[in-house]
Amino acid sequence: MTAPIHISAEDLEEVVHLVRRQYGYDFGDYARASLQRRVIRCMQKAGCLTAYELKYQLTNDDRFFAWFIESLTVNVTEMFRDPAFYKELRNTVLPKLASYPILKIWHAGCSTGEEVFSMAILLHEAGLLNRARLYATDLNPANLERARQGIVPLQNMKEYTSNYIQSGGTNDFSSYYTARYENAIIHKEYRKNIVFATHNLATDQVFNEFQLVCCRNVLIYFNRELQNRVMTLFSNSLAPLGYLALGMKESLLFSEARDQFDVVSPAVRIYRSKL
Amino acid sequence: MTGCKVVAIGGSAGSIPVVTALLQALPANFPFAVFVVLHRLKNVTSSMDTILTSKGRGLVIGEPDDKEAILAHRVYLAPQNYHLLIEADRTISLDYSEPVHYSRPSIDVTFESIAMAYAGSAVAILLSGANQDGADGLLAIVRQGGTAIVQDPATAEYPVMPQAAIDRNQNAVVLAPEHIASFLHTLND
Repeated sequence: MTAPIHISAEDLEEVVHLVRRQYGYDFGDYARASLQRRVIRCMQKAGCLTAYELKYQLTNDDRFFAWFIESLTVNVTEMFRDPAFYKELRNTVLPKLASYPILKIWHAGCSTGEEVFSMAILLHEAGLLNRARLYATDLNPANLERARQGIVPLQNMKEYTSNYIQSGGTNDFSSYYTARYENAIIHKEYRKNIVFATHNLATDQVFNEFQLVCCRNVLIYFNRELQNRVMTLFSNSLAPLGYLALGMKESLLFSEARDQFDVVSPAVRIYRSKL
Repeated sequence: MTGCKVVAIGGSAGSIPVVTALLQALPANFPFAVFVVLHRLKNVTSSMDTILTSKGRGLVIGEPDDKEAILAHRVYLAPQNYHLLIEADRTISLDYSEPVHYSRPSIDVTFESIAMAYAGSAVAILLSGANQDGADGLLAIVRQGGTAIVQDPATAEYPVMPQAAIDRNQNAVVLAPEHIASFLHTLND
């Protein structure tokens, strides 16, 4: 049997360096275990048998690089993932946010938009959507292009419906979208207050002030140093007493910013800025 | 066997009774970390960690958070809907990328990552199941000098997964559950 495609730690650093120098994307502080696995997957898909071939392609072919970035970043997402989290938003966070005349929410690392669509539905049901502005950002332009279309694969809708019901949703979930062929399109009225824009958490800065920042299952791809930097970015982006929502297995405990937040809902990882 | 730093157990359909038996068979004060990767439903409330803990006789069993440091004498259960990987500095990284063999957590992903991080000081055990997950992971363990053990398919409720791993790995040690348990006892030396 032939040896499987592999990339050494040293070669991986060279690829990271090359991508930063030539294209400006900085993966230097990404968690290595996951990054290495994804680079190997890219090599398998592209038929690059050695790190040299990968570096050659990256150096000489811009289109290959565009494909590489799309494949390297994790673009997996679900509507109403972790229903318990959305239930807590409904019951605990949104009633507090209802007191603001204008409500600004940032979805950092929004991928193809499923979580921000879920949020828009929650806001609609709480009567808050009309005074909400949702900023959904991602580093991958291809993701944002898809997200702007509001299209979700229909095959997942059965599961999303079940998630929605578990989150405490009582409407007919199918009233939020139109199904056609293999896809569902989220109705425009639930997307009109969403702004999609590129933002790279590793290199970009504060751009607004928010009452709620959602960044779920994005920081897991970063090493602790970058996690700390991004946590400071979030802290600086939050209004006083603003909320921060992380993924179910992401903890502020390991972050230097932990003293700047109170824990609101430990089980579903919702925090609140002290300042 | 000496120098074992990590034991990884992968299981799918029909594996829960064997996993609980193996956890009960762990030697007292076992000086290594244990990872358990089970194929599980996502987006439902799960009490798998409590179930295993109640049967684990005082073991510390929990679903780790991202970036948690790995400690000996602990049992780490891969959380629902995440892949579990190990960093070179022996911390845990979680990952939400595509399912592998329709599974997240995937046994292959964790085994391959453990092979990279622990090389010859890793033991991986693959149990009953109904798909092909774990076979490639065991191969990575063996290639890095670790020990690969497969539940004897004749003793497995669902023999497909252990059989696939045996077909892929000539070097895997095939054992009945009670012999896997006695093997775990030799790891204390």
